[in-house]
Amino acid sequence: MANYSTNEFKGGLKVMLDGDPCNILENEFVKPGKGQAFNRVKLRNLITGRVWERTFKSGESLEGADVMDLDMEYVYTDGDMWHFMKTDGSFEQYAVDKKAIGDVEKWLKEQAVYTVTLWNDNAIAVSPPNFLELEVVETDPGLKGDTAQGGSKPATLSSGAVVRVPLFINQGEVLKVDTRSGEYVSRA
Amino acid sequence: MTELTRADDWQPTATIATLRERARLLATIRGFFAARGVLEVETPILGHGGSTDPHLDSLSLTATTPAGRKRLWLQTSPEFHMKRLLAAGSGPVFQLARSFRDGEVGRRHNLEFTMLEWYRPGLSLTALIDECEALIREVLPTDPGPLRQRRYRALFREALDVDPFTTSLADLRRLAGQVGGLAMDDADRDGCLDLLMSFVIEPQLGRGGIDAVVDYPASQAALARKRLDPEDGVEVAARFEIYLQGLELANGYDELTDAAEQGERFADDNRQREALGKPSVAPDQRLIAALESGMPAGSGVALGVDRLIQMALNRESIAEVMAFPTPRC
Repeated sequence: MANYSTNEFKGGLKVMLDGDPCNILENEFVKPGKGQAFNRVKLRNLITGRVWERTFKSGESLEGADVMDLDMEYVYTDGDMWHFMKTDGSFEQYAVDKKAIGDVEKWLKEQAVYTVTLWNDNAIAVSPPNFLELEVVETDPGLKGDTAQGGSKPATLSSGAVVRVPLFINQGEVLKVDTRSGEYVSRA
Repeated sequence: MTELTRADDWQPTATIATLRERARLLATIRGFFAARGVLEVETPILGHGGSTDPHLDSLSLTATTPAGRKRLWLQTSPEFHMKRLLAAGSGPVFQLARSFRDGEVGRRHNLEFTMLEWYRPGLSLTALIDECEALIREVLPTDPGPLRQRRYRALFREALDVDPFTTSLADLRRLAGQVGGLAMDDADRDGCLDLLMSFVIEPQLGRGGIDAVVDYPASQAALARKRLDPEDGVEVAARFEIYLQGLELANGYDELTDAAEQGERFADDNRQREALGKPSVAPDQRLIAALESGMPAGSGVALGVDRLIQMALNRESIAEVMAFPTPRC
């Protein structure tokens, strides 16, 4: 991969730092009136998800990271790995391990399209679509006619996620949920 | 071809109301100098020579001139041209000049910016600091507090308990490395001091008053005279920097008038540039010639107008007081 100098740093650039691929979030130029300049850089470690703040001398460079975000359809799990397939018609599949799947495990739905982050052609992270339609597999019985009043109860969805839903929702209903906040949006 | 990154990319980042305020403040600045008998001048943005300062990156272009194709440098400040006017007998001059510095990008920086630069033949550095203060007070809507002269050495002693002139390089590297969280093993003294200045001292400056930092290390003299400090007996640079609200606003010199020394500093700068792996910059031979013919002794200062306007209008970034910062140009 190419090397990137601090003056090429910008939001979204993927670079290697301490052996991990990172996404640059912010790059601030710092310089006393006269004299040497520095760059204060915020980066997200794409393996751990942690945000790092590092200082570089202006002109220093980092190796680029071979990181790609690809759309992939979730296919199945064999218990150890989760399998995704490219949506470009190649039918090429990638196996994702527990570490890379992380919290997204509870938002998996077959045939839904996820963003899979590949580093050196290995999956290191998966992000779900912002909205998913999922069936309620378990919740307390709905309150008939109670469609206006506030109040909520927990409901377990087919993917395993538990969300707060209005009291009128019944088992077997399909709901639209926001995966970013884990909140109920509407009936699908 | 230009690439739109957002649908509203064509819009200015400053509101039209802000641009009106900006125009009013520029008129205030011009009025300030007119009242003091300082002549407004305009000098070229391009020059056959550029700034050799090892820590400034100049932009250049090739253009057809009456003497054929030439490489010309976009000026990092109007300093050289204005000094040539001084040598030609202009008397006190000021300029609002568009200046260019490659790589300077951020909340406080823009690739091109407006520099207010003025020169006062016969004026002492202290008198020029007072004039800076007067201008800042005229532009700001509220009282920024008293002017305080702060010695470079004392600032380091107070904030970091180190002496910037006598502490060993090994100790400075260790401290700078700790503060910045990066390896400073190959940094020189000034590199370490610059990091400590930027990260620890600067953010505290100009709080509750206008701070004028004076008596810089001689190695940071740039285009200022050097002199022996009567208090400490060490050689210091006769220059100052004005800080307000943690931001560097102005940089002033008791101007170097010695042509031979100026030539040596240009050569020194280019040697440092080479060591840093930076391209060398053609020194301005006409400035050297002007100094040889005789430039009156005096002081000069450059002030970042966008930053001053940003402060006067209480904005978060200089982009908010510029019509089109570089990403939208």
